[in-house]
Amino acid sequence: MLKISNLHVKLEEEDKQILKGVDLEIGAGEVHAIMGPNGSGKSTLSYVLSGRDGYEVTEGSAALEGADILDMEPEERAAAGLFLAFQYPVEIPGVGNMTFLRTAVNAQRKARGEAEMSSTEFLKEIRAQAKELKIDADMLKRPVNVGFSGGEKKRNEILQMAMLKPKMCVLDETDSGLDVDAMKLVSDGVNALRAADRSFLVITHYQRLLDHIKPDFVHIMSDGKIIKTGGPELALEVENHGYADLLTEGA
Amino acid sequence: MALPQAKLDATEARLAGLTLPEGGKWASDARTQALARVRAMGLPSRRDEYWKYTRPDTLTAPETPEAAVFETDESPVFDGIDSVKLYFVDGVFDADASDDPALAGVEIERLSVVSGTDIHWAKDIFGVLEAKGQDPVARPLAALNTAFATDGLVIRATGKAERPVALIYRHADTASDAILHHCIRVESGASLTVLETGPVAARFNGVTEVDIADKGTFNHVRAQGRDHELRTATHMFARLGEESAFKSFTLTMNGVLTRNECVIELTSDNAIAHVAGAAVGDGDFHHDDTVFITHDSLHCESRQVFKKVLRNGATGVFQGKILVKEGAQKTDGYQISQALLLDDDSQFLAKPELEIYADDVACSHGSTTGAIDETALFYLRSRGVPRADAEDLLVLSFLAEAIAEIDSEAIADDLLTRLQAWLARRR
Ligand SMILES: Nc1ncnc2c1ncn2[C@@H]1O[C@H](COP(=O)(O)OP(=O)(O)OP(=O)(O)O)[C@@H](O)[C@H]1O
Ligand SMILES: [Mg+2]
Repeated sequence: MLKISNLHVKLEEEDKQILKGVDLEIGAGEVHAIMGPNGSGKSTLSYVLSGRDGYEVTEGSAALEGADILDMEPEERAAAGLFLAFQYPVEIPGVGNMTFLRTAVNAQRKARGEAEMSSTEFLKEIRAQAKELKIDADMLKRPVNVGFSGGEKKRNEILQMAMLKPKMCVLDETDSGLDVDAMKLVSDGVNALRAADRSFLVITHYQRLLDHIKPDFVHIMSDGKIIKTGGPELALEVENHGYADLLTEGA
Repeated sequence: MALPQAKLDATEARLAGLTLPEGGKWASDARTQALARVRAMGLPSRRDEYWKYTRPDTLTAPETPEAAVFETDESPVFDGIDSVKLYFVDGVFDADASDDPALAGVEIERLSVVSGTDIHWAKDIFGVLEAKGQDPVARPLAALNTAFATDGLVIRATGKAERPVALIYRHADTASDAILHHCIRVESGASLTVLETGPVAARFNGVTEVDIADKGTFNHVRAQGRDHELRTATHMFARLGEESAFKSFTLTMNGVLTRNECVIELTSDNAIAHVAGAAVGDGDFHHDDTVFITHDSLHCESRQVFKKVLRNGATGVFQGKILVKEGAQKTDGYQISQALLLDDDSQFLAKPELEIYADDVACSHGSTTGAIDETALFYLRSRGVPRADAEDLLVLSFLAEAIAEIDSEAIADDLLTRLQAWLARRR
């Protein structure tokens, strides 16, 4: 599904190398988790994949289902099936949540040459999805993320994911700021979307989320590189012993 | 203080081309006094502090700068709103084209007719609110208007007006120079909505005086014409009674030069005054909102919300003042002026002012100038919204707070589609 090879990324504005050769291959239907100390480059990886400005790829490649995505515009990557649940979802005053989502869904459909979703169809689906995530009608009408609590913002990200039905979902610390119940809601939301033709890359600091969303592989990122890959037990190791041992091992 | 010679000369040069209209005694007196005010103040010049950001010369010049008549296939603004439609062509009332004014359930007369009468209620408003509004800041163009306006409407609502009164302006002559003066009286407990739309003339000087009695409500929504070369200076003066409400919103698209002044005095308790505007300008566009709100009574609320979207070297100006006089306790004053600059060539010049002499008040103001929020733009694009659509969404999102000041959803929606069309034309 996603193949990242030897990805090197520096900041556009300064001479600072952040990703220093990331290799990662995610097969269809797989769930991968990335853990790693603060500042190791996890969010940067997610931004570079989704096409945010400010980063320069100096080496390497990233392909979604064989198509090089690094030269695509962010909206093209989205239409190709990539989705990023933001670590810090953005507030957009004056744009209703529902209007925004409908614009997004139909823009993607249009880009793929598919028919637009009718408003009844859309309403029906969003109501059902919102209900699952315990997002009430009022939140759907309000401006995107404005005045939402931390947990509500994260749930809203999952709602968008559920509506957009991407092939490759990247979740950046979707668990941070969630209480126990919200964590369950969000995980259930993610699990409901698990499918043979949909893959996940879950960035997290905590084992807790991985209890709910069972990963096939866990990667440890440090200083811009993946230094260790293993199964779910690797996350437990981090939980129990921190990164210290892994880091010396990896060095 | 003697006026500088250059100002005197410029003022006399402009006055030389104008004649005081004939009228009954009260109207003639008001006009003569207004003319005396113009002479005492002199017409605005570039050196005046109040005109620091906006060049007044083309507004005061004896000759009218021409403005091409703009053809559009867009349906007229407010077309779909059920209203009594009254037409003006180059600033002259067109009775044939207009609906029967009686349909509005309010009294509507022409200033040109009313000013010929011996006695009329408009006597207490015409030039009176304007004269009052000359202190503490001179507004000579408004006095010039009182002195020389020949046309305009005199409107009185004695109950709840069933339908809005829509004033629809058409610009036909490339060299038209219009001076229009409206007087509006909302009686105790009455309510009235006035809509204005269209380009008035190549050059336009407009004054509207609004007198709202206790518990009266006045709503005003204006969409200034889209002709690119228009030059417009408007003044709105309002006097508010107890528990009355004044709300005015203006949308401006295009026009080389627009200056909208709004002067409000809150002299009775528990009144509210909201003034808002959205302006979008591209290229040769200079737009100035100048607002002066005086709080001189208890528990009054005022709100100013102005947003401008500027591109290709367009200029936006905001001069807004909240003056809270001694004893005007429990005043609630809010003011925000913001510009969204779509490129580095455009600029926003703002002078927000608060002057407070009472101690128990809540006043706040803010002014910002910014570009499209890159983070928000990326967020939208990452969801698949193409860049141009995402930018438009963010522009509308920026304007939303101002549009939200319009009470009527149908009217707000109408203006929103105009803004969408404006953006779409710039793709
Ligand atoms: N736009 C930027 N400008 C300056 N520094 C940046 C920028 N983006 C990332 N960095 C730096 O790159 C490094 C990696 O940041 P990144 O946000 O990717 O880390 P992270 O692994 O997601 O951390 P966390 O666990 O705290 O979320 C950090 O040192 C960060 O300060
Ligand atoms: Mg991060």
